[in-house]
Amino acid sequence: MSVTELEEKAKQLRRHVVTMIATAGSGHPGGSLSAADIVTCLYFKVMRHDPKNPHWADRDRFILSKGHAAPILYAVLAECGYFSVEELKTLRKLGSRLQGHTDMTLTPGVEMSAGSLGQGLSFGIGVALAGRLDKRDYHVYVMLGDGECDEGQVWEAAMFAPHHKIDNLTAIIDHNGLQLDGSCCEIMSLAPLADKWRAFNWHTIEIDGHDINQILNALKEARETKGRPTVVIARTIKGKGVSFMENNVDFHGKAPTPAEAEEALRELA
Amino acid sequence: MTDYAELSTREAYGRFLVELGKENSDIVVLDADLSRSTMTKYFAQAFPERFIECGLAEQNMIGIAAGLAASGKIPFVSTFAVFAACRCFDQVRVSVAQPRLNVKIVATHGGITVGEDGASHHAIEDLALYCALPSFTVIVPADAIETIKAVAVAAATEGPFYIRLGRPKFPAIYTDDYRFEIGKAVTLREGQDATIIACGLMVSKALEAAANLAAQGVKCRVLNMSTLKPLDEASILKASAETRGIVVAEEHLLDGGLGSRVAQVVAREKPVPIEFIGLKIYAKSGKPEELLQKHGLTASAIEQAVKAVMSKNP
Repeated sequence: MSVTELEEKAKQLRRHVVTMIATAGSGHPGGSLSAADIVTCLYFKVMRHDPKNPHWADRDRFILSKGHAAPILYAVLAECGYFSVEELKTLRKLGSRLQGHTDMTLTPGVEMSAGSLGQGLSFGIGVALAGRLDKRDYHVYVMLGDGECDEGQVWEAAMFAPHHKIDNLTAIIDHNGLQLDGSCCEIMSLAPLADKWRAFNWHTIEIDGHDINQILNALKEARETKGRPTVVIARTIKGKGVSFMENNVDFHGKAPTPAEAEEALRELA
Repeated sequence: MTDYAELSTREAYGRFLVELGKENSDIVVLDADLSRSTMTKYFAQAFPERFIECGLAEQNMIGIAAGLAASGKIPFVSTFAVFAACRCFDQVRVSVAQPRLNVKIVATHGGITVGEDGASHHAIEDLALYCALPSFTVIVPADAIETIKAVAVAAATEGPFYIRLGRPKFPAIYTDDYRFEIGKAVTLREGQDATIIACGLMVSKALEAAANLAAQGVKCRVLNMSTLKPLDEASILKASAETRGIVVAEEHLLDGGLGSRVAQVVAREKPVPIEFIGLKIYAKSGKPEELLQKHGLTASAIEQAVKAVMSKNP
């Protein structure tokens, strides 16, 4: 897929996110929209995976640690063909395979049950270690939120992975600068975020998380880095693509009204 | 050949893990800087590539185990019971219990017989916490032989397990030919007057109490309820139908452990008087036997409780 095609695909995923959450009447649009470009690059360009065989032992794994961004994962999985786009309408409904936060026992292509923040990097380390033990060459990508980095477990995992020289693992931080109650700067300062990861001995790359070329280059560099894990700190905009959601903390965990959804879809057309 | 019956439950576990590791290359072991106490050190020596040292980071350790299990490994996770239950409960809940992953948490140093280390190291809430997780199987072996049999069954059975071991050596109850079954209580002594239901170290106290009572003409049934979850309801209901009352003994808080679970079944189906032997408060530092005495976790306390339930149901 070309850069232009990837950009178009990301826009399509954003439309799914808005529609799904509006239909559900609840959910977290902001953090799904900020992650759309990275998720698109992973599934349509970077990762080795087979929607017809979600349990393929040699597949690359994408682990969404920030489980509240489930809609962007469901959108990309549907677009890849893990299940139908039609099923996206069932998000958060009784009996649906698309839970409010990800459930690996229900949804084809979902690698981890998440929702309580801070747990995905540890899980990803386990998956990466299993690959190393079994001498499989798959790569594990874990996406974390920046607010999620408030959790102590993230730093336990951050200390573990370089110590054990895990290099089939890449952490991607969707650094959109906002969390539920306000900006990261107000709630709990993360700065200097990149220096923190460097100090933990991660190969650290900082990019614009909406620039397809930068995303692809960073993920290529991550995969080629040996002897230690890589973290990609992706500067993003929460709510990216919908003007009234961008950098608006209200849309961390609030569904758009039908009128707002209509307006959002116009902008994303 | 290791004579497991002579060992503490944790020593037996540690040595037996090596045997399991030889048979099954999918078994991996994780520890949080306590392998010399949990006895996973033997596995670490035998299979260094399959031993994962996590440092003092139990939350991360549980997550790693979940990821390994999701990738086809059979992780055995060990640390002290206080940390295995309380330090990483949310990680166990979300990363292991909800997706029903094949993680075996084998915690040592359960209960107050940790002794001198004091309240911070006395796991007396762990069984309540693990029994509260819908997908878990919870086992408290009564001795070293039951420990290795339960560990073998756990390794061969898909799904999350919590197995609680102790620090001191438990009196031997079983011999090598013992066959452990999940969710099946073992009747160690027959009797029609009252039933003592116990787990872990308290099984030996229950047998001691039953022997003393027999000398006084009181015939007690003794059940080793080593599986707390799923509970052997049939054995409990048989006891409530056939004997005049039940005494439950456990090295755990009275809230949420074996006693609460037994009472729920008895109250629902066939109420009989029940007495509960367990902890009401946090213990302090002391020798294990001193603490058991101080907190009433003794054969004589069980004897008194048996007499109490019988007097309530003449």
